[in-house]
Amino acid sequence: MSAIELSNVSRWYGNVVAVNDVSMTIGPGITGLLGPNGAGKTTLLNLMAGFLAPSRGELTVGGRPSWRNPEVFTVLGLVPERDSVYAFLTGFDFVRSSAKLHRLPDPEAAARRAIGIMDMADAQDRRIATYSKGMRQRIKVAAALVHDPRVLLLDEPFNGMDPRQRLQMMDLLEEMAEQGRTILFSSHILEEVERMSGTIQVIVGGRLAASGDFRAIRRLMTSRPHVFLVRTSADRALGAALIGRPAVTGVELTPRGLQVRTSDFGAFSREVAGLCRDGDIRLREVLPSDESLESVFSYLVTS
Amino acid sequence: MTSLLNPVVLRITLRATLGRKRALVFTLIPLVLLLITVALKVVAKSPVWPAEFLGVFGFSVVLPLTALIIGTSVLGAEIDDGSIIHLLATPVSRLSVVISKFVAAAALTIAFGAIPEYLAAGIAKGFGDRLSVGLLVGALVAAVAYNALFVMLSVLTTRAIAVGLIYLLVWEGLLGNLIGGVRVLSIGQYSVSVANSIARTSALNAHLTSSTAIIMAIVVTVVTLGIAARRLSRFALKGEAV
Repeated sequence: MSAIELSNVSRWYGNVVAVNDVSMTIGPGITGLLGPNGAGKTTLLNLMAGFLAPSRGELTVGGRPSWRNPEVFTVLGLVPERDSVYAFLTGFDFVRSSAKLHRLPDPEAAARRAIGIMDMADAQDRRIATYSKGMRQRIKVAAALVHDPRVLLLDEPFNGMDPRQRLQMMDLLEEMAEQGRTILFSSHILEEVERMSGTIQVIVGGRLAASGDFRAIRRLMTSRPHVFLVRTSADRALGAALIGRPAVTGVELTPRGLQVRTSDFGAFSREVAGLCRDGDIRLREVLPSDESLESVFSYLVTS
Repeated sequence: MTSLLNPVVLRITLRATLGRKRALVFTLIPLVLLLITVALKVVAKSPVWPAEFLGVFGFSVVLPLTALIIGTSVLGAEIDDGSIIHLLATPVSRLSVVISKFVAAAALTIAFGAIPEYLAAGIAKGFGDRLSVGLLVGALVAAVAYNALFVMLSVLTTRAIAVGLIYLLVWEGLLGNLIGGVRVLSIGQYSVSVANSIARTSALNAHLTSSTAIIMAIVVTVVTLGIAARRLSRFALKGEAV
């Protein structure tokens, strides 16, 4: 029995469709929910947590619908995105309260264990108001882990983390996934999923744009056509030379410079300098011009 | 079987509410009430000043405003800043969350509204006086019913304080004095009518029988808390555009 199952789930607010006919099965291991801001990731997490009902379709967690069913939180843990915690409580107090709310038989021991896993034992007796952003994030995760949930949902867990903290958090999530847990985290930053193993679900405009093994998605993302803006002393001449190259799929003269579309970023970057030298053209600048997530994601939608 | 009153939610709510800046307001109100009472005891000439000040002003201004600040704070403030999610992401029922917070609000309003009202009445007329006891019991009714209403408002709208003020000023204050039927739906009338059933003085602006008042107060409390619990189960995380 899969942990989270969505079957043709849609959710709309009046005329706005936030989630559009999404079907997916999320099982043990790590799954990354990837998409630009506004794509519907948070709505999906709300639906999974039972805070919203699907306008259409079916959604179950552990075989039962989570809508209006707080009991789902006996097997589910949620780490929300917003920084808000009870800042007047100490870290230990906060996690222990979570343990008590989950009706654990030994809340103190569970709290200590969860705080130990998140490496927050040194700060546990300080008020959360004194914590840094990264520490707040970790104490939130500790509170979500305290009841040893089989499923863990994290909304943008790496927000505001530096690369080292991100690595640590990812290692921790991988470890938990290896224990058989189902971990789902949402993100809008490509680099965050670079080092992860497992499945990636890409959400764009409320739809499931791509779904699959992380390697396949990453291959798609690196082999997508790239667009560069090249500024030289003779744009038209370089353009003419470039269009003859197999790696180049399109060339456009714009007031800002020469816009080059290429399907092979490596080949292009090797060739452009040589072409300039041969044509006695001064190369001033080569800038990638479509590094926006939206272009990546929209490519994934159409591919 | 989970009980409706959750001690963890209650404890966190009490600490959170007392720790907010607005706690300064509802801790100062009773002080001001007592100071004015002492001053009036010295200078007032009319014998009905305790009923007028504590009964009319106290019940139509002081108690409702205290309940408004407290009632919108126990749940509303946590919805605003998102910290409520830490209670909702647990197996605790929404009804239990609402009831526990409501009890915290009622307890705080009794401590900072009803008890000071009784102390002031005691200073004015004596602690065993009919008016003092009546005002205490009426204030307890106010603490319960007003907080149920304001807790519900804070789940339904982000502008709970504004809506609450409009209710107090326009519905209870203005219309309640002009239109007889409005009084049956006025928490202010429930509390003052219960107070009057003990105090028995025409100086209190009471118009309902005590049984009507008590029944309606119970109905209002149960209905508003039920609506609050139902609405809270539809609470969603605030993410990006959607």
